[in-house]
This record gives sequence, structure tokens and C-alpha cells, in this order.
Amino acid sequence: MASTIHCDIVSAEAEIFSGSAAMVVVPGEEGDLGIAPRHAPLLTRLRPGQVRVLLPEGGEEFYFISGGLLEIQPHVVTVLSDTAQRAGDLDEAAALKAKEEAERAIADRSAGMEVAQAQAQLAQAMAQLAALERFRKQLKR
Amino acid sequence: MSGSKEIVGKIKSVQNTRKVTSALEMVSASKIRKAQELMQASRPYARMMRQVIGHLAHANLENPHPFTEARDEVKRVGYIVIATDRGLCGGLNNNMFRQLLGEFRRWQEQDVEVTTVIVGRKAAQFFRRLKVDVSASTQDLGDQPRLEDLIGSIKVVLDDFRAHRLDRLHLCYNRFINTMSQSVSIEQLLPLPPSEEEELKQYWDYLYEPSPEALLDDFLTRYIESVIYQATLENLASEHAARMVAMKSASDNASNLIDDLRLVYNKARQAAITQEISEIVGGAAAVS
Repeated sequence: MASTIHCDIVSAEAEIFSGSAAMVVVPGEEGDLGIAPRHAPLLTRLRPGQVRVLLPEGGEEFYFISGGLLEIQPHVVTVLSDTAQRAGDLDEAAALKAKEEAERAIADRSAGMEVAQAQAQLAQAMAQLAALERFRKQLKR
Repeated sequence: MSGSKEIVGKIKSVQNTRKVTSALEMVSASKIRKAQELMQASRPYARMMRQVIGHLAHANLENPHPFTEARDEVKRVGYIVIATDRGLCGGLNNNMFRQLLGEFRRWQEQDVEVTTVIVGRKAAQFFRRLKVDVSASTQDLGDQPRLEDLIGSIKVVLDDFRAHRLDRLHLCYNRFINTMSQSVSIEQLLPLPPSEEEELKQYWDYLYEPSPEALLDDFLTRYIESVIYQATLENLASEHAARMVAMKSASDNASNLIDDLRLVYNKARQAAITQEISEIVGGAAAVS
């Protein structure tokens, strides 16, 4: 089977495509790549864009990816797609948000709502247990 | 009898409680399956990543990447703690926190600072009471966690690690074994433990676009993200499983309670009837 190449497109959240292809066209960071069977082994980053898979029996499939990484071996091509737009600034903003959230989560003592709720539930359960105990004692007498 | 009305009220209230717990049980049972599917779906990515990284590690890089280099001196360790957002799941979170506290104490005895990154509202509630440094937090992931939501927190720790503010990073979550059992897992994430893969038989190398160093950094970052994401999914599945079991036993307990109460009620009612009859009979005897 020299005329096809196995193609896997996966993201951290799901397997997107897996099967053989006659050729795969991907948006490489330094230019689009057309990968035919028996391509030289290669690793590169991908830009956001379209991955085009030409199926061996004709026809083609398109997948949009928001960047990622690409691995090529002579008979296997693997697209490790990102699930989200990644850019230095965006990641930075996300990191900042996580830090803020940490401060809020730790400082925020007014989030006692849930504690109060839990305490109320606990009190109710305790009351029920106590009632049962009382009835059991009555039974024995 | 005056007590009988109270007992009826009690039975009603326990019945309502049982309705809630059995509903929660069924909801969790269906969510486990979904969580497991998510776990399954994210596996190929991690597997492929591992393969490529294994290969990259063999590609004789001139400078080892900071993530793979073991550090001689450990001054500060980080923990990524993945807990649930909601409670009512048995001892799932508390078991984990107890083990974590043991770890923290061990580090503190060695004069090593501990800092944490927390995922899940229950973790935030727990660490609020502790004097442990929390550097980032993510909450409310819901039933379909997305990697996007975790990126921020992960970046904080990875940056700390790169800047030598952290010398070691651990990941802590509940591993999903099956519906009945989950186990706390605390594993070292960074520096990456050296993998024991067999040497490649014939040497060949990739073409790199751009340099191998830059690519390795990208691969490692994404690999770590995927490991943490996978852990989040496992924890989610564990949460639902633990909740299902907890709610099942709560429903069973409620059923027992109802049976007991009903027995008490019937006895009380019977006693009241007997008393009434004997009073009537006594009254009739006195008249005649």
C-alpha cells in the first residue's frame, strides 16, 4: 500500500479523523505542506487553518484547526490539533485570570452561602437520626 | 395517639429525601458514561504526544530542556490539586486532601515551601482554611471540561517552573478505576521522569521546522496540558462514580429509616385501637 498514507487528526479533547489518505495538505508554520506517502520524517508547528485530506477513493475532507503540531513519518502523518486559539497574549491573559481567581477563591469568605446550606442539611439529617433514636428507645420500652 | 401524626410527618420527609437521593444517583449513573467517553476520546492525543516526545528525547539535543532536567536542590514544590466542584460525593475529596496534607507536612519538615494550583470549588473551599500558598485557581469546569479553561492555570505553574521559582511539580487527582473504586493519585509531573523506552534500532531523525529546541518546548507544554486535562476527566468520572455510590447508600438508608418509622407508626396505631376497645368493653361491663 504505497499509494496511501495513514492520517490521524487528534485534539486533546477528541479524535477527529483517522484513516488512510492519498495526500494531506496542512497549513505549516512556514508554508503549506502537501504530504504524500513516503514523505520524509518531519516535525513542525501548524498555523490556524484548514487541513485537507484527499481520500484514496477520491473525494476530500476538510477540517479546521486552530493551530497545533504536526508529525510526519513515511507512512503516518499525525496532526496534533489545538482545541483553542493559542497565542502568547491570550495565554498570558488566561494565566492572569487564573491567578485572580485564586486570590478571590481564597479571600472570599462571603462564599459562606454554601457552608450555611450544608450546615442546614446536616442539622436536618441529625434531627432525623435523633428522632429515629427516640423512636427506637420507645419501641424497646 | 398524639405521636402518630408526628411519625407520619417524619415518614413523608424521609420519603422526600429518598426521592432526591435516588434522583441524584440516577443522574450520576448516566453522567459516568459520558465522562468515560470523554476520557476515551482524549487518549489518542496523549498517546501520540508521548510517542513523539520519546523520539525527540532521542534526537540528541545539545541543551536538555528545563522540563526534563532533574534539579539538585529542591526549595519549592508545586501541587496541582484537582478536586470536584460539587459535594455529596462521599469521601472522595477528603481522602485526597488528607493524603495531600501528609505530603505537605513531609515537605515542611524538610524546609521546602509548598505552593498549589487548585482546580474545582471544593479545593478552593479546603485551601481557604489552610495557610498554603495558592498561585492559580480554576473553578466551575462543569460536565464537559475544556482544555481552554485549564490553560491559564497551567501556564502559571509552567512559567514558575521555567523561572526556577518551582523545582518540582506534582499532580494530584482521583484516578478512576471502575465505578466502585477510585484511588488518590499523586504523581510527579516535572521534571519529567526519564522514560524507559528501548533504544531506537536504526537511527533516523526528523526534519525540524523551526529548530528542535523550540518544537520540543511546544510539545512538552502541550503534553503536560494533555496530562492535566486527562487527570481532570478522570477526576470527573471518579466524582460521578463516588456520588452514585454515596447516593445509593443514602437511598438505602432512607428506605430502612422509612421501614422502621412505619413499624413504629403501626404499633402506635394498634396500641391506640386496643386501648379504645378495652375502654369500650370496660365501660359496657360497668353499665351492665
